[in-house]
Amino acid sequence: MTIYPDRLSPRQDDVYNALMDAHEGLSEAESHALNARLILLMANQIGDLGVLRDLLTTARGYSHD
Amino acid sequence: MAYDYTPYPYVPPKGLTQAEPRHPVAIVGAGPIGLAMAIDLAQRGVPSVVLDDNNVVSVGSRAICWAKRTLEIFDRLGVGERMLAKGVTWKIGRQFHGNQEVYAFDLLPEDGHKYPAFINLQQYYVEEYLIDRARDFPGLIDLRFKNRVVDHADRGDHTVLNIETPDGPYTLEADWMIACDGAGSPTRNRMGLSFEGQTFQEQFLIADIEMKDSPFGDAAVPERWFWFDPPFHNGKSALLHMQPDNIYRIDLQLDVDADAKLEASEDKVIPRIRAIVGDKPFRLDWVSVYKFRCIKLDRFVHGRVIFVGDSAHVVSPFGARGGNGGIQDVDNLGWKLAAVIAGHANADLIGTYHDERSHGSAENILNSSRATNFMTPKTPIEALFRAEALRLAHDQPFARRILNSGRLSMPCSLEGFALQTPGAAQVPPGSPLIDAPLAGDHGETWLLREVQGDFTLVGFGDVALPDVPDFRCIGVGQRAADYPCFTATHGHATRRYGSDIAYLFRPDGHVAAAFRHPSAEDVARAVARAMGKTPEAA
Ligand SMILES: Cc1cc2nc3c(=O)[nH]c(=O)nc-3n(C[C@H](O)[C@H](O)[C@H](O)COP(=O)(O)OP(=O)(O)OC[C@H]3O[C@@H](n4cnc5c(N)ncnc54)[C@H](O)[C@@H]3O)c2cc1C
Repeated sequence: MTIYPDRLSPRQDDVYNALMDAHEGLSEAESHALNARLILLMANQIGDLGVLRDLLTTARGYSHD
Repeated sequence: MAYDYTPYPYVPPKGLTQAEPRHPVAIVGAGPIGLAMAIDLAQRGVPSVVLDDNNVVSVGSRAICWAKRTLEIFDRLGVGERMLAKGVTWKIGRQFHGNQEVYAFDLLPEDGHKYPAFINLQQYYVEEYLIDRARDFPGLIDLRFKNRVVDHADRGDHTVLNIETPDGPYTLEADWMIACDGAGSPTRNRMGLSFEGQTFQEQFLIADIEMKDSPFGDAAVPERWFWFDPPFHNGKSALLHMQPDNIYRIDLQLDVDADAKLEASEDKVIPRIRAIVGDKPFRLDWVSVYKFRCIKLDRFVHGRVIFVGDSAHVVSPFGARGGNGGIQDVDNLGWKLAAVIAGHANADLIGTYHDERSHGSAENILNSSRATNFMTPKTPIEALFRAEALRLAHDQPFARRILNSGRLSMPCSLEGFALQTPGAAQVPPGSPLIDAPLAGDHGETWLLREVQGDFTLVGFGDVALPDVPDFRCIGVGQRAADYPCFTATHGHATRRYGSDIAYLFRPDGHVAAAFRHPSAEDVARAVARAMGKTPEAA
């Protein structure tokens, strides 16, 4: 599987701000919990373990220096 | 060389010694917006008196980026070409993360437009050119420097202004008062209108420096360079622009609690600039520390008082939507007010100025505040998302487009507003004019030249235009007709608008209606609608 280059534009700002708005007023711990729920919901929505594994590998692949 | 601020002469106004006849329009404020407003009205034969408390053009680091649509409006007002000749043209924006370029955008990737995506030109030049232009209308524009409006009253069918001059106070009556008195609008304050919105806590250092060597790398091409977390300014953002006269604008994000006065001192500023430009010699032209706000008035029209420009709305500068938005206000209001004053339209037409421009201003605020929010994350979670978007942007195209250093000024669409006749077309009703090169009997021209200023019906390709008396009609790519016909140079016009279709343009260039088979009645109905007349009254 390849990761889609860009499925968000031209509404990328709406998408990004919807995410930010979802976190509005939450404590940091609550935000992390929200992110976890969101990832689980998105995983269910994707519903394909292969795709999910590719996404996980990609996300994991960035170095933290 | 620093700009030479020559003061404009103060002339004692007539009102000091005798009552002046009532003026059709008084404009408060001779900034870019008040001046453009006076010129627009003068070109339509409407006289105005322009009152400004000051006698020099804009001082310090203010607007520099003027967008294509603004330049097209300035073209109609007679200053576009002069601005283009002096300004620095650019269209590429580059975004860096650290010292690595992550995303570049081209704001005008196609040719066949009279004006570029953007020019940079200091606000003082823009105001100087507008004042020169205003002086082409000595019988119509009465420009009064050192005339401070200190009070006003709305009398229902006119307004009364109290003005102070170096020689004392006087009063003046005007049918309409246009408040172009800027972000701190004394008119707005006096009326007690609430002006609340988002204020950003972050402070920004804005420095204009004069420097012979270009800081834009080896190619020295003027562009817009924006850094997230640059090596020379850790953890913050930075923006670089070129202006005429070898002046560069550097914009640096500071800490929320930075001491503004200290930050603007040479001891603090020079090392910050050295970190960017190295040991190239430079001169500090102007330094200031700003905080930004995004706010608009609930209503732009209050009886006989109309708010235009910064008095009606302010934005943070990322996206250059302040002055550019204000010029679009002028473009929208000019023809409407002139029609109302001439008795060709009912005063309700002025209400549509509020509807349409409040919408445009809301769009500008949305874009400006999103960009500023992206630059200045408010919570650890926002900072985390931003950091990871930046990390992904190095190799994920979708993430590059999420980076937001400012979505640069674009005109809004007026689709769905009452003046437009709904319809389907390649350029749907409500859209702003898209320029294109044309060639006609008198040589080369531009679509904007041929349609702006008045209602105009344009037939593209094989479409018969009806005979509408006293109405400007032109053809593009049509066989000879009894109205002026042009060919579409390189096919740009027909590619942009389609073929075998007629468009009705409003005087401000927005598409009012589109027709496959226009009849004289269709066109008359669409014009009446665009003039704010209800079908019964039309
Ligand atoms: C740092 C910075 C960068 C910017 N960059 C850009 C940019 O790149 N592009 C862009 O489009 N915009 C930009 N802007 C915004 C732009 O400067 C404003 O939008 C623009 O000046 C608005 O014009 P105006 O005529 O409405 O108001 P102003 O320019 O503020 O003019 C108001 C006028 O009214 C006069 N006045 C006030 N009170 C009275 C009174 N009581 N009686 C008589 N006269 C009075 C003032 O003296 C002044 O001349 C920037 C702003 C800042 C601060």
